[in-house]
Amino acid sequence: MLEYAPKEMIKRDSGGMINPAKTCQPVGAMYAALGIHSCLPHSHGSQGCCSFHRMHLTRHFRDPIMASTSSFTEGASVFGGGANLKTSIKNVFAIYNPDVIAIHTTCLSETIGDDIPTAIRQSEIPEGKVVFHANTPSYQGSHITGFSNMTNAMVTYFSETKLADGKKENFANIIPGFVNPADMREIKRLTEEMGIKYIMFPDTSGVVDSPMTGKFEMYPSGGTMIPELKKTGDAKFTISLGRFASQMAAESLEKKCKIPFVSLKEPIGIKATDEFLMALRGAFATEIPESLECERGQLVDVMTDTHFHFHGKKVAIFGDPDVVTAMTEFCLSLGMLPVHVLTGTPGGALGSGLGGFEQEVKAMLDEAGVCGNVKAAGDLFTLHQWIKNEPVDLLIGNTYGKYIARAEDIPFVRFGFPILDRAIHPYMPVTGYRGALRLIEQISDALLDRCDRDAADEDFELVM
Amino acid sequence: MEDVVILKGREQFVRQKGERHQTLPISCGAESVAGCVSQRACVYCGARVVLNPVADALHLVHGPIGCASYTWDIRGSLNSGKSLYREGFSTDMREKDIIFGGETKLAAALDELIPKYQPPVVFVYSTCVVGIIGDDLDAVCKTAAEKYGIPVLPVQSSGFVGTKSIGYQTACDVLFKLIEPPTTKLRLRRRPVINYLGDFNLAGEAWIVRSYLQKIGIDVNVVFTGDSRYEEIRRAANAELNIIQCAGSMFYLAQKLEEAYHIPFMQVSFLGVEDTSDSLRKIARFTNDPEIIRRTEEVIAAELRRVMPEITGYRTALSGKKAAVYVGGGFKAISLIRQFREIGMEVVMVGTQTGRREDYEIIGDIANDGTIILDDANPAELERFMLTQGADLLVGGVKERPLAYKLGIAFVDHNHDRKHPLAGFEGAVNFAHEVYTTICSPVWNAVKGGAVRGDL
Repeated sequence: MLEYAPKEMIKRDSGGMINPAKTCQPVGAMYAALGIHSCLPHSHGSQGCCSFHRMHLTRHFRDPIMASTSSFTEGASVFGGGANLKTSIKNVFAIYNPDVIAIHTTCLSETIGDDIPTAIRQSEIPEGKVVFHANTPSYQGSHITGFSNMTNAMVTYFSETKLADGKKENFANIIPGFVNPADMREIKRLTEEMGIKYIMFPDTSGVVDSPMTGKFEMYPSGGTMIPELKKTGDAKFTISLGRFASQMAAESLEKKCKIPFVSLKEPIGIKATDEFLMALRGAFATEIPESLECERGQLVDVMTDTHFHFHGKKVAIFGDPDVVTAMTEFCLSLGMLPVHVLTGTPGGALGSGLGGFEQEVKAMLDEAGVCGNVKAAGDLFTLHQWIKNEPVDLLIGNTYGKYIARAEDIPFVRFGFPILDRAIHPYMPVTGYRGALRLIEQISDALLDRCDRDAADEDFELVM
Repeated sequence: MEDVVILKGREQFVRQKGERHQTLPISCGAESVAGCVSQRACVYCGARVVLNPVADALHLVHGPIGCASYTWDIRGSLNSGKSLYREGFSTDMREKDIIFGGETKLAAALDELIPKYQPPVVFVYSTCVVGIIGDDLDAVCKTAAEKYGIPVLPVQSSGFVGTKSIGYQTACDVLFKLIEPPTTKLRLRRRPVINYLGDFNLAGEAWIVRSYLQKIGIDVNVVFTGDSRYEEIRRAANAELNIIQCAGSMFYLAQKLEEAYHIPFMQVSFLGVEDTSDSLRKIARFTNDPEIIRRTEEVIAAELRRVMPEITGYRTALSGKKAAVYVGGGFKAISLIRQFREIGMEVVMVGTQTGRREDYEIIGDIANDGTIILDDANPAELERFMLTQGADLLVGGVKERPLAYKLGIAFVDHNHDRKHPLAGFEGAVNFAHEVYTTICSPVWNAVKGGAVRGDL
């Protein structure tokens, strides 16, 4: 299959997608909402939306993904979905009994213009329970935008300033972005190693990677608590990791509770991890502990041990903007040449402070003297055409890259979301120094396995 | 039943088979309750999964990106030639298109894609938002069809219009439009020719059934829709019989073909040794050809000689184990109850997403006393009944798998994620093998304590 991408670049101006490199907002909102403890995400739309999103997340995490739906019918679509939403809230608390319901909208409920806050106000909400919402129209942005909108709603609904006179408590807010639970765990570990107190939100660790106990926990132990979300308004400082997924919430916190923030790359690779730790060090006037110095030293050791495997190798990277940007930087630091870099998420069009994905990546490539193709709002048809025109030694991206990898016979490292055909990835971080070690292992395994496979008998070597 | 918390409004959808074999009425085919964690999907999903295996068609999803992304190549429908159906096409509607209408973008996408891919047929799926803003899909498709001289068919599948079953029906209507009146003189044929409806060639299952039919002397005209092509679909009315595997999706098309072209139909099932044998015999009897009937017995005998020793081996290992079944359609559920008996297992819970009343009546007849029967279940109900009924295994789809595993219950996918063909005699062996592999895996020994059974 995939015999359909010709080498000659085809003029495409319809605005349609062939083999998409993104999906829609609600699935990102659903994933973010799972990062609140005892929260049931609620999809305000047709049954299919909820079913598709649960299926997609279930396949990626291989854990039960729970979410409820307003089950829109024709009537609801004509007369508005307010009644369905109110019934839903009542039913969800009656039978599934979460502490929190996080409602996200869909293209359907957005287009008919349902007034969610009013419906929530008119609902019977049991004492001590919470309902909040984010607008996530599927026809804007991508799943990353949806994650960002839901994360932002956590601030607009919950963050509050308790301390008087502009006083702040000595802890950091950390917004981890759209990454796997293992990455959130790793970012927390790094912060703890620094001896810094923090609140992370959302935090899906312990929710979508819950242990097998022989019992099904509808609400596993993980997730940010509502009192913690409230307390974010008293933090000294916010770190937003990944501009596309996290910066909007950090900006809202600054506006609402006067908390300064720094917007960093996702801490993938040595440079971005350095920057994350330096930001923590700067804000809290503390020192990098020896343990982390050691981890960094080990990473540098491995980079020097293996650099000749990577140097000058051409690589194509695609996926979500925040992780792709950081991955591009890491590949450059290994001496690789990212000649094709693509995200499906539109860059710079939405939200504040979102400078273009393309400018940011191009600036990195220019600095390294690499001439490459960079595109936001792209699709995998375009990426495939690029690769046909300028072949690469390695492809890095989500599961959907396997078609191109097969068609062009390229080594392939699975990275990002979604990964539907391999397991374990949600448990292994790619962030931090240890995450970088793991990425080096994956990349060198892919490249060297290919060398072994292709080597003539006389060139087949034991030591590499 | 008293101790089971069932969502208000859901009481009519759950039944326990009584001691005296009475069949209790069950509600089905209704909308899901607002606020449920339903395992069901929508009209679009139903239409998409039925039409998706038409291999040489260009499947264009008109809507925001999600609907195309979630269904891009998700069905393991195998095909034997060009595979345009495995590419993901979307108009990727944006805010501007919602405000000003998406017709221009749709027309532009068709103008871009049709000359490039030159498909013999195009399916244009509408999604929720298209139904709300009222894009005139018919008009845009008609214009494109005239311009390019190929059928460009609108699939009116806005998600909110109903359940997945409505989507199946929509897909059948679209397929029916492609079918032309019969051309060949049936009398002149040497071998009987039939259509095989409701097999999507997951893991190559339609190929297995086709090979049995060929061996007994019957040719398959077209499979709806596994590994099918536009030209084959057009000629569907040339068959003298329609056999239906997945009734949930294809019963309606069979009825339409009977009305329009007087093609009789019969329901078959190639799940399990017993049902496969019965179905082949039924088809052979229909031809009224002694030679075919003789060959059918030969094929069945040969296959049984081949597979029974293996199945008997599994039966010994699995005897007395209990299974829970939660699948899409009713007919599959019925076959599975029989198939589990073949391997010595008892079905203690059975549910479907879209089963029809007749299906539930049959299930009520053949199920053992005490079996829980449920329509459109939610995870809480599935969990409770699997535990109280002491199930060792769940048969289900994508979303049910991790739920079962978390409970320490083995699992077999009988949906899009199946990796081995489960149809026919060899499918029966694969099925027994899969059930054995998951139930008897040593990984369950590592589960601390195991599931707490029966005390919820």
